[in-house]
Amino acid sequence: MEFEPVIGLEVHAQLLTDTKIFCGCSTRFGAEPNSHTCPVCLGMPGVLPVLNKKVVDYLLKMAMATHCTINRESSFARKNYFYPDLPKGYQISQYAEPPAEHGWVDIETEAGKRRIGITRIHMEEDAGKLIHDENSPSSYVDLNRTGVPLIEIVGDPDIRTAEEAAAYLKRLHEILVYLEICDGNMEEGSFRCDANISLRPVGQKAFGTRAELKNMNSFRNVQRGLEYEIKRQQYILESGGVVVQETRLWDDAAGVTKSMRSKEEAHDYRYFPEPDLVPVHVDDKWLEEIRSAMPELPLEKRERFVSQYQISPYDAGVLTSGRALADYFEEVARLSGQPKAAANWVMGDILRLLNEDKKTVVECPVTPTNLARMITLIQDGTISGKMAKDISEAMYTTGKTPGEIIEEKGLVQITDENALAAALSEILAKNPDQVAQYRAGKDKLFGFFVGQAMKATRGKANPQMLNDLLKKMLSNQE
Amino acid sequence: MELHQLTIHELSEKLRSKETSSEEITASTFGRIDAVEKDVHAYITLMKETAFAEAKRADEAIKKGECGVLTGIPIALKDIVCTKGTLTTCGSRMLSNFIPPYDAAVIEKLRAAGAVFTGKTNMDEFAMGSSTETSFYGTSRNPWDLERIPGGSSGGSAAAVAADECIASIGSDTGGSIRQPAALCGVVGLKPTYGRVSRFGLIAFASSLDQIGPFTKDVEDAAIMMNVLAGYDNRDSTSSIEEVPDYRQFIGKGIEGWAVGIPREFFVGGLDPEVEKAVRQAVKTVEEAGARCVEVSLPHTEYSLAVYYIVAPAEASSNLARYDGVKYGFRAPESRDLLDMYKKTRSAGFGTEVKRRIMLGTYALSSGYYDAYYKKASQVRSLIKRDFDEAFTMCDAIITPTTPTPAFRIGEKTGDPMQMYLSDLFTISTNMAGIPGISVPCGYSASGLPIGVQFLAAHFQEGRLLQIASAYEKQANIEKRRPNL
Amino acid sequence: MKISREQVAWVAHLARLEFKEDETKKFTAQMNDILSYMDKLSLVDTNGVEPLANATLRKNAFRADDVRDSLSPDASLANAPEARGGFFQVPKVIE
Repeated sequence: MEFEPVIGLEVHAQLLTDTKIFCGCSTRFGAEPNSHTCPVCLGMPGVLPVLNKKVVDYLLKMAMATHCTINRESSFARKNYFYPDLPKGYQISQYAEPPAEHGWVDIETEAGKRRIGITRIHMEEDAGKLIHDENSPSSYVDLNRTGVPLIEIVGDPDIRTAEEAAAYLKRLHEILVYLEICDGNMEEGSFRCDANISLRPVGQKAFGTRAELKNMNSFRNVQRGLEYEIKRQQYILESGGVVVQETRLWDDAAGVTKSMRSKEEAHDYRYFPEPDLVPVHVDDKWLEEIRSAMPELPLEKRERFVSQYQISPYDAGVLTSGRALADYFEEVARLSGQPKAAANWVMGDILRLLNEDKKTVVECPVTPTNLARMITLIQDGTISGKMAKDISEAMYTTGKTPGEIIEEKGLVQITDENALAAALSEILAKNPDQVAQYRAGKDKLFGFFVGQAMKATRGKANPQMLNDLLKKMLSNQE
Repeated sequence: MELHQLTIHELSEKLRSKETSSEEITASTFGRIDAVEKDVHAYITLMKETAFAEAKRADEAIKKGECGVLTGIPIALKDIVCTKGTLTTCGSRMLSNFIPPYDAAVIEKLRAAGAVFTGKTNMDEFAMGSSTETSFYGTSRNPWDLERIPGGSSGGSAAAVAADECIASIGSDTGGSIRQPAALCGVVGLKPTYGRVSRFGLIAFASSLDQIGPFTKDVEDAAIMMNVLAGYDNRDSTSSIEEVPDYRQFIGKGIEGWAVGIPREFFVGGLDPEVEKAVRQAVKTVEEAGARCVEVSLPHTEYSLAVYYIVAPAEASSNLARYDGVKYGFRAPESRDLLDMYKKTRSAGFGTEVKRRIMLGTYALSSGYYDAYYKKASQVRSLIKRDFDEAFTMCDAIITPTTPTPAFRIGEKTGDPMQMYLSDLFTISTNMAGIPGISVPCGYSASGLPIGVQFLAAHFQEGRLLQIASAYEKQANIEKRRPNL
Repeated sequence: MKISREQVAWVAHLARLEFKEDETKKFTAQMNDILSYMDKLSLVDTNGVEPLANATLRKNAFRADDVRDSLSPDASLANAPEARGGFFQVPKVIE
């Protein structure tokens, strides 16, 4: 029998607010344990949560970016369970009245384009951290992360392959980062993913028994984890077994998924309306504020780049992989008036130099203005492409303008035909044997003359002019 | 009359005219505490040392003329409001060592007003009870009859005012926890509109019902206290932005031409004949003061107790989940692992009534029962509120008994939770609807126990409430007795 | 019977409480009494009635995203039954 995987992803994204969702404590990562805590996030008696408005702003942005229906009124609920990283004994989340529902994103894999549904997006608070010590009968609790704002993006069970799952996650990740509402750091846990996965015979409507997969902290691990889990469930079903509904952890080192608990703890979260918070009402004015501040999203930008700048979809993909990079490119393209050259220089030398230094485009010492000026200088023949390579590296290391570098290095191209002709005559005179051989048909020697000419002019000869002049002079004396 | 027997407005006059000092008033109050506290047991923690420091500061302020009506007045605090640096137990073993690093909003306001804090008063554990018998720190006694309960859950605060162990006090009311003990102790107790007083720093029992309010010796003092307590607080999302009037302006105004509603559902079986007689008399008094009494109907009143004992325990089961032995408070020793620690801590840290309500609330929210209990109760709650909304289109205020009976004997109802719950019968629906209510003394039983009458008004109509309560108080001119301690 | 002794035990576990045999028995009886009293709610027609979870009519209570001082770690841990190295200390979780 042939089986079809049914996969639904739940993504938790930490929002880039300065403060926690319900109190004024900082959200900064990596602080001394329990130094970002206050009576509210410690769950002390009698204190009350107050919602950070920015969290709602950010949720609305994500909801718009993923084509969700925005519910004008939403409310909070308590999810009740006991764990030491949950100081109140409940997590404030949203349940019956989510703020956003019924959205989608488009993804593209080898198999083609597909639209993946988003069930809902809601706000909630993060839990703290429980640290286990192998050699101690105790565990340790750090509540700095408690109350850091999250949005949970619950996907429809539309995904059919591990590859699609990774593509979907990358799409969400890209949108979140583009919107500048999440830093997307998977290792630090700012972008987390759980997967529900089940198999069913092809053609069957009903879902099979699902496993919940956790602990996949990279796109690659999500793909590997799901691939493994598909095989595991397939093997069980093919050999006549039954899949157990359970939570499984991806073990990256071993490359397998493992059952999280031997005896699955039955949960009963006892959701009910959070009485300490009032409903969130979103009016037209608020929606308009958010809408007018929405940046162009990566997919739209990609399509625009292809049509506006006549660059390949691949190049457009690279250049829109980050909002800052796309902005950088567009600035260079605008200032130089040469989008193709701009794309080549940004994707080539600039990205290479940044990658070598593990820097992002925001930290790039070459300003768009300088890069654009350099491209213009190539275009008008002032410098050669080869010179430009040196200049761009020099701009990168020194931050200077191309003009300054050209002056310092004396790099201006020789475009005076008479001067160049004089230099070439000298070369031809010095190498009569090669001239004779070339004229006897050894075309390859043309490169030799070019090399000699470049050496003599210290690379400053305008290559086009050099080519033309050299050809002319070699044939003239025939 | 001794200083500790006077009201806030009387003492405030004397302070202003330099006839006395806050130190003298504070000394008189602590003298009274020394004399009667062993019988009444109104307090869990006394704050004598800081009280005298505060009194000294108040006297200096008065000297400079920088004083308000509350400056230098000894106030007692229910041990449910968090006081920075002072033990706050909520009547529970669970918080027997909890020192909050913050003040409740009302504490900040009272401090800013120059009040002197006498101490933290006894209460039913986590405000769950009607008698103070569920307190981990022993039962408070009714100053009028030490064999009887003072009511609850704010029993200590009511008893402290009745026994003159403070001039006024703070309580909290979730289903009647201010008005019921006020009635049973013969003092004035006001539960404001939900959202009128900030809940920040009030240890939560049932968050959608809890509200802080004052106990005072007369209605004017209640207005004075409300002037300090009421107001918006951005730390409490449910706190109202509605403007706060000067409540004192409503004192002494008449009620000529008012329509006062008598809800027929409140004068039914179970009502003690002596209580009924006193409240019927109060109705007459209100009419003598110029109001017209009209019969109104609050048809869903009979369901309010059932609704309350689903909604309040449900919220409480969640509110009390934070007491897990991890961050603060009691932790049971010697546990095998985390689960064992949780269970041992919570089983030993909470008393029986609290555990009963946590169980009830957990069940009412649990999978498969939510719709039948919590959701159904919330729908009926809607109807209870609607009843009041409709009634207030026909009348300016409502008059009812505060409690079905005068104070009962210690131990009388502890064996039967349902009987205990019934003592909140007349106060609970107010919290369901979120409207304000006040209990005012309206007489005594044959055996000399105080009886209270309750006035109710529409949302944010505390002014009207105080107006009718003060008009009634003046017209009735109830014989002033003092408990024989 | 509204609630069985087994259900009472399960609810106790959910609430992280434990009872001795006789307590469970007593609680079961009392909870049955109370829950039977609640039955009267089924007499109320609540068709189409919106549940009222809170008496406040307020909406949109927000705070600005401004950092406020946290407690010092010492103050945060001051009430902790057990703390070590800046952490709250708890008995190990046995899965």
